[in-house]
Amino acid sequence: MSSNNDSIKKTITVALSLCLVCSVFVAAAAVGLKPIQKANKDLDRKTNILAAANMLDANTSVDEAFAKVEQRLVNLEAGRFATDAEIQAAGIDVATYDQKAAAQDPALSIALNGENDPASIKRRAKFATVYLVRDGNDIDRIVLPVHGYGLWSTMYGFMALENDFSTIIGFGFYDQAETPGLGGEVDNPNWKALWKGKQVYNDAGEAEIHLVKGSVDNNDPQAAYKVDGLSGATLTSRGVTNLVQYWLGSEAFGPFLAKLRSEGV
Amino acid sequence: MSEVKKVLFGPILANNPIALQILGICSALAVTSSLSVSLVMAIALTMVTAFSNFFIAIIRNHIPSSIRIIVQMIIIASLVIVVDQILKAFAFEISKQLSVFVGLIITNCIVMGRAEAYAMKNGPVMSFLDGIGNGLGYSAMLIVVGFFRELLGAGKLFGVEIFTTIQNGGWYQPNGLMLLPPSAFFVIGLVIWALRTYKKEQVEEPEFKIAANSRTQEAM
Repeated sequence: MSSNNDSIKKTITVALSLCLVCSVFVAAAAVGLKPIQKANKDLDRKTNILAAANMLDANTSVDEAFAKVEQRLVNLEAGRFATDAEIQAAGIDVATYDQKAAAQDPALSIALNGENDPASIKRRAKFATVYLVRDGNDIDRIVLPVHGYGLWSTMYGFMALENDFSTIIGFGFYDQAETPGLGGEVDNPNWKALWKGKQVYNDAGEAEIHLVKGSVDNNDPQAAYKVDGLSGATLTSRGVTNLVQYWLGSEAFGPFLAKLRSEGV
Repeated sequence: MSEVKKVLFGPILANNPIALQILGICSALAVTSSLSVSLVMAIALTMVTAFSNFFIAIIRNHIPSSIRIIVQMIIIASLVIVVDQILKAFAFEISKQLSVFVGLIITNCIVMGRAEAYAMKNGPVMSFLDGIGNGLGYSAMLIVVGFFRELLGAGKLFGVEIFTTIQNGGWYQPNGLMLLPPSAFFVIGLVIWALRTYKKEQVEEPEFKIAANSRTQEAM
């Protein structure tokens, strides 16, 4: 290496031109691939919603099937659909509303702590997106986004309910990083199939559904509220119970679903 | 020609970056719990090593020695971001599983090690081949580790069931330990043992010899 290389002028020139070339390169890749990445994310979200609602069909494309799904916002505090005035006042748009981002925005979310936060999510958005599938004018099924902390990670999922707003059609996580093979078994199709037909609410209207250690005894009169726990994943199982009970309980979707049940739509 | 062969295939058995140089262990522990993820990680790392070697070798005569590590890091980091973006666009499912580990290729000692040890002294074409070769060495190790971990830990290969597990009504009781990162230490250790039994010259000189017992009394 010649000594010329180590002169201040050369050092600065090399550093600057290298940074320039690299930044152009990186920016081009990021901008150029953005549309494909966004399409992937959208497709992934739609696929998961449809999978939870048991509407995924090999013969129809995801976009086609998703056309039947109606996206609405729910005002969680008031326990009803958000009115247009509320949506406008909050400055959000139903189609592009990002609940994850809203949960970080003090204006659009509430802080949770201690006993109010069994799912360990710290902040919760005031508005939640729900997905409705209609049969004529009536709601046929409803898909609710849920999330909460497991052992290592926040697990994000969708739960689909039938039009009695208590019977589960399907439940699955689309984003989690639990231990593969143990807590990661939340993605196991056999385990997810166990949720189908379970009841969320008991006679008193409380979110009763929970995971039990081992397998559910089918002769148990309470079996409809119980799902097999994941073996070797006590903390993930506890996290799943907590997040399901929180989101379907009185602090989140509970009042909204109770209203739908009593008044219809 | 034999030089090309040595550069390209030497790192697989004779000079494996993981088994002999013990570099890049961190990602070998983290991403090998399933075979398909290991494979994508291996390809991503091979690409990054090859191209970073290539670009660094092109400008090697113009890199001021005072900032040479920074220059190497900028090139490596840019390539890693590009690889990450490409994975997100074309292999979305797998990029979700790899998550943070693609970004961590930047800190993979193999990439930096090859840039500093080889690309700074050799031409672009040979450096490129050296990158591919070391990538292959890393890949070979990752695939072996991934194979055993997924097979014994989940009874599957590439997500396809090989041993029917007890959860699914079969006979195989999966070994949960194999799915946790420490198990890669055991597998890598066993591979190194096998490799050094086969290629004796890789055995390191002991740092000291245990002296014969000089006292006659019984051990206390």
